[in-house]
Amino acid sequence: MSLPPVDLRLILPEMIVAAGAVLVMLWGAFLPPGRQRVLRWVSAFAIILALGVVLALQSGEPAFSFGAMHLRDALTQTLQVIVLIVALLAVLLSGEYVERTHLETGEYYALLLSSALGAMLMAASADLLLLFLGLETLSIPLYVLAAIARRDLRSQEAGMKYFLLGAFSTTFFLYGVALIFGSAGSTNLARVASQAGAGSPLMLAGIGLLTIGLGFKATIVPFHSWAPDVYEGAPLPVTAYMSVIAKVGAFAAIIRVFVIALSAGAVQWGAALAALSVLTMILGNVAALLQNNLKRLLGYSSIAHAGFILIGIVAANRAGISAVVFYLLVYALMTLGAFGVVLMLERRGEEADEISDLAGLAGRSPLLAGAMTLFMVSLAGLPPTAGFLAKFYVFSAALDAGYPVVVIVAVVTTVVSAYFYLRVAYTMFIGQPAPEVKFAGGRWVSAALIVTSAGVLVLGIFPAPVTNFIEQMANALK
Amino acid sequence: MIPVPYYLTISAVLFTVGMAGVLVRRNALVIFMAIELMLNSVNLTFVAFARQLAAIEGQVAVFFVIVIAAVEVVVGLAIIIAIFRARSTVDIDDVDLLRG
Repeated sequence: MSLPPVDLRLILPEMIVAAGAVLVMLWGAFLPPGRQRVLRWVSAFAIILALGVVLALQSGEPAFSFGAMHLRDALTQTLQVIVLIVALLAVLLSGEYVERTHLETGEYYALLLSSALGAMLMAASADLLLLFLGLETLSIPLYVLAAIARRDLRSQEAGMKYFLLGAFSTTFFLYGVALIFGSAGSTNLARVASQAGAGSPLMLAGIGLLTIGLGFKATIVPFHSWAPDVYEGAPLPVTAYMSVIAKVGAFAAIIRVFVIALSAGAVQWGAALAALSVLTMILGNVAALLQNNLKRLLGYSSIAHAGFILIGIVAANRAGISAVVFYLLVYALMTLGAFGVVLMLERRGEEADEISDLAGLAGRSPLLAGAMTLFMVSLAGLPPTAGFLAKFYVFSAALDAGYPVVVIVAVVTTVVSAYFYLRVAYTMFIGQPAPEVKFAGGRWVSAALIVTSAGVLVLGIFPAPVTNFIEQMANALK
Repeated sequence: MIPVPYYLTISAVLFTVGMAGVLVRRNALVIFMAIELMLNSVNLTFVAFARQLAAIEGQVAVFFVIVIAAVEVVVGLAIIIAIFRARSTVDIDDVDLLRG
């Protein structure tokens, strides 16, 4: 028996992130409470190093490793870059918050990095088993992160709800994998692809269960019920991070499984996903109208955006893939930015997470109010921001693929969404600031805000370099 | 020898029993037990298919699932214990601060 050759260079970025997580956790255990600031520098450094390696590993040909389970191609590279940008911004957002609320610093960053590792693995999986491992590596740290303020009753409750429903959804995903394995004779996505067109009942049942499992993670209606509660209860930077990273991971998986492996069965799942996307857009945007809590509002907004992103999947073509990837990047920037603005404020040492806490912000800090307005305009999808272009690309991909009804619903719900996003912006320009709301930001949050607002503006006005890069990526796919 | 479809049927039944348990029971620990039952019914499905298709992959998958289930036990029990310390109950109907 000969041992198979293993090229560790191909998983170097994943190894760096994993090593960073272990290092941060061990080092954090030996540092006295006042001197844990070094841990965020270590985490940020590990992420930047991994980002550099991902970009340096660029090669024309797709490279398989570990028994064709792990695949590094252009799509892997682009999605991993997005994952690492999200993780870096999350470290920046968490910097001062973790310190002032006395969370366990070492554990916090170790979990954050592990979760990013899971999303990177999902982006690189060429096998349903690795996809499952990536999904769990992504989710399990997020359950702990949601409950990391462990003496706070709301954080505990968020952790428990996320854990129970997350584990529940995992079993559906896994049962789907088992049935697809039984039908195709392999968990390898390339082998599954060759059987996808046959449409055996076992395969269809497996695909259905897989959709339920991924739908939970991507907060697609009707599998979204956990999201608003968990987003409201978790600590603010954790909410920001998980509302983005879970979505990037889940949509990476949906692209890999549906658009690429199951492309032969697109007729069967296309209509089902189109219906889910319509439901998600309607429920997310309408429920967001009723919210007064910013975290909850952004939670429903994240559900609504999952619906918009799903339109690109429904299109099931190259334009759809590049539109989804671009949307994920833009969604990450604008959502993390909006959470960053909320992190700059505090109400009597607590999170200032009510919309009314923003009243009069424009008078006290025009820059901060301007940034928040920018993010809200972008989330609502108005020009000249990146949010407009992201929606435009997704809609045009779906129109080309012949789903006009979905696009009409999307446009109508976009108009509805403008009401609640702009209400937040409007609140900042009227009324008197509440005296108990104080500024609590620092250099790290400010850095995150500068990066995200610059990103939203630049991608909105000069998108060409990024969209060209993503288009090349989509064209390189088979 | 018992035919493979029998195993697939019993695992589907176990999965459904687990699912009903999650939806009906209100104690977080019992819900968690039901989830474990669902995971193990999936294991049975994997092994049955591995036998039917003579593919070793299905048996390898079971090991991954067992590891993941163990990790979920650690995390889940930690969260449930934290809840119990603060509230002296693990009934999910009593854990309801977050509503909207």
